[in-house]
Amino acid sequence: MSFQQVTLDLAVGFLENCRLFFETLLFSIPLGLIISFCSMSKFKPLSYLMKIFVWCIRGTPLMLQLFVVLYVPGLVFNMPMRNRMLAALIAFVINYACYFSEIFRGGIESIPKGQYEAGQVLGLTKSQIFSKIVLLQVIKRIIPPMSNEIITLVKDTSLARVIAVGEILLAAERFAGKGIIWPLFYTGAYFLIFCGVLTLLFGYIEKKMSYFN
Amino acid sequence: MSVLQVNNIKKSFGKTEVLKGISFSLEKGEVLSIIGSSGSGKTTLLRCLNFLEFAENGTIAIGDKVIYDGAVKKNLSDSEIRKNRLHFGLVFQSFNLFPQYNVLENITLAPNLLKMDTPENNEIHAKQLIERVGLTEKTESYPCQLSGGQQQRVAIARALALKPDILCFDEPTSALDPELTGEVLKVIKGLKSKDSTMIVVTHEMEFAKNVSDKVIFMADGVIEEMGTPQEIFENPKSEKTRSFLSKSLEEI
Repeated sequence: MSFQQVTLDLAVGFLENCRLFFETLLFSIPLGLIISFCSMSKFKPLSYLMKIFVWCIRGTPLMLQLFVVLYVPGLVFNMPMRNRMLAALIAFVINYACYFSEIFRGGIESIPKGQYEAGQVLGLTKSQIFSKIVLLQVIKRIIPPMSNEIITLVKDTSLARVIAVGEILLAAERFAGKGIIWPLFYTGAYFLIFCGVLTLLFGYIEKKMSYFN
Repeated sequence: MSVLQVNNIKKSFGKTEVLKGISFSLEKGEVLSIIGSSGSGKTTLLRCLNFLEFAENGTIAIGDKVIYDGAVKKNLSDSEIRKNRLHFGLVFQSFNLFPQYNVLENITLAPNLLKMDTPENNEIHAKQLIERVGLTEKTESYPCQLSGGQQQRVAIARALALKPDILCFDEPTSALDPELTGEVLKVIKGLKSKDSTMIVVTHEMEFAKNVSDKVIFMADGVIEEMGTPQEIFENPKSEKTRSFLSKSLEEI
């Protein structure tokens, strides 16, 4: 088995990881924002409900959640989940949205009350205060914890292997089945490069925002 | 006719009655200083005037128009509250500038969002205000690059940009190093004119004595004494005023 062939097969697998990564980010960030607003809601039943939901998701393994999304629709509602990639995506989006929501909540609550009041006495509406005054300050504050979580997501995508999504580790295990072990270790290079690029990107964004406190 | 008429304002937080019926009026162009020890309700009074808190009782009138009545406050919509707030400006003790905007943007943000004028005219007006508070060379600076005194001068310009009928200051120099209080007080003094009405909550007795037209001494949520600076500082009638002033002016 040539090095090029292995590199190519693993790359095809890693494309699935990348797809899962970007699609998870695309949906979990807005969903996380909605969850964080709900959990900060003054309407207590909604806020408690969201807190219990976040507790359930953060309190159980992502691997278990993958199985639940794959099997429960078939077992309970008699609508078997045929698309394994979709099942993985749903589980990842829900899981990451919950983690993100806690980061967003922390970021929003860390903005001093004085910023809101300054906006209020200038006659601005609530949404103007949020979008023009608070939002960028929140973004700056949540970049370090978000980059942490996003880098974890890169590696977590390989968990989709447990429901047989054809990602990079599954590809490497096919070689291992034929007695070739080294491609399994070679997969580390893909993750390292991807995370390296992300680290540089987040460093750049942090630097871009260092002009204010 | 008075520009501001405050009548019997009452405000409680839980069981603590912070304002127990405050009434006063202010003529156009007057500077009112409010003095008194911590916890006497000075800041709460300013916050009620700016609708950051809502008085349970009493009325606030601008000119001959009652803009707030504690008895019917629930009928006020968000947009009415915002409209009412624009009669007043507020300069905070801790400045509360927007850190991500430079000096010019801090001042033009609200006028632009409220569409007071064209963006070009808002900017011209903002630059005039920056000159007035003596920070022309800092127009492009960010708040974190400014000293506390400079930040507070920007905050004053930001409040002025909306042309409030009454500009309120909540202990504007209390968060500053002693050597920086002078520049801020000088700016406030410089704003005094026949058109600008100001209410200053302050611990700076010299400032209250020299700049104000009227002084209110507050104690335990009531106006203990009200009068001209001469009456309050040279001839206080109330025992509480006398003891407060002697403590405040005590030399160490």
